[in-house]
Amino acid sequence: MRRRAPLLPLIALLALAGCDQSMQDQPSIKPYEATAMWPDGTPERGLPDGVVTRGASAALAALSEPPPVSEALLARGRRDFDDFCAPCHGYAGDGDGIVVQRGFPPPPSYHSDRLRAAPASHFVDVITNGYGAMYAYSDRVAPEDRWAITAYIRALQTSRDTALAAVPDAAEALQ
Amino acid sequence: MAQIFRPGADTYARMVLLSIVLLPTLAIFLTYLVMRSSTVTGQDFVLHQWPPFSHAHHAGELGIGCRMCHNSVEKAASAGMPSTHVCMTCHSQIWTNAPMLAPVRESLADDKPLHWTRVNDLPDYVYFDHSVHVNNGVGCSTCHGPVDTMPLMRQAAPLTMGWCLDCHRSPEKFVRPTDKIYDFDWQPPADQEEKGKRLLVQYHIETSHLTDCSVCHR
Repeated sequence: MRRRAPLLPLIALLALAGCDQSMQDQPSIKPYEATAMWPDGTPERGLPDGVVTRGASAALAALSEPPPVSEALLARGRRDFDDFCAPCHGYAGDGDGIVVQRGFPPPPSYHSDRLRAAPASHFVDVITNGYGAMYAYSDRVAPEDRWAITAYIRALQTSRDTALAAVPDAAEALQ
Repeated sequence: MAQIFRPGADTYARMVLLSIVLLPTLAIFLTYLVMRSSTVTGQDFVLHQWPPFSHAHHAGELGIGCRMCHNSVEKAASAGMPSTHVCMTCHSQIWTNAPMLAPVRESLADDKPLHWTRVNDLPDYVYFDHSVHVNNGVGCSTCHGPVDTMPLMRQAAPLTMGWCLDCHRSPEKFVRPTDKIYDFDWQPPADQEEKGKRLLVQYHIETSHLTDCSVCHR
């Protein structure tokens, strides 16, 4: 028994193997994890030239065909507008958002004759490809959501361009 | 016959007996304390970020929504991290020469991605999906804390399995309405349990399987 005593620290050392972190950090690459596998150090691979991405035709179809306007579409448009557009365009579309107040070149107000007359596809196109100082938002806003935002922009425009007489209920409500 | 034990031997014997009970208990208790300490969990650690992005400024002061940068949070497992393009959406025009934005400009010029340091790092044997949480009543601040007040991001939660289970065992204490998911000011109302139970029905959350092993370990 006494001869085995020196083995005890060894056994204790072996128990340290339980602290191995290889389950914690497995060799598989997770999204955004740094890797030495490619020279740029990222697991996100860009698309090779000429590749047609999965869902590309569906995205094109969604871009060319406006969805039917519903209350749900408007609500979604408002949510996306407030998150993605309002920082520059302002919550009411006057072009006075917080980022503009901090020095970004002011975008035009939606409540101008030019933008009131512009077709809906113009707004979808600007979201998709950018315009002037505005970057493209095609990486952040899905095609169907671009139509939803456009529908909400139309609602914003209508809110400033409607005579009280055209909405009899509203006139009554104001009395 | 000479005495084998000295008078003090009784005390030693008692101490040994006591230690046999106390020492393992103390060892287990201490291990438990260490395992739950922020040294091991990483809770409240602020990690070096370059560029030193401030959520307090962007999300708090300016009120820019989470999805502007964490774009896939409603659609995918990963919430998504901002690309250089996203930063440059504003910083191509404002703070264009700010020293702290140098890595963003370099990233654009060299066509090399930004290197963000992951603050909330789950073990690789955990399956976690952001979309299923934010689409089913779990708000950002429930796990990430008051991000809109953090100059540099810190890990607000311990991210231990026990912490995950707190919610998976009784989600009614934490779920919130759909329009409050991104609201950092949201606090559970006084009647949260009752409202939460109704929300569980609304979100179709089946609690009986929420603690199955395969929900998070797959």
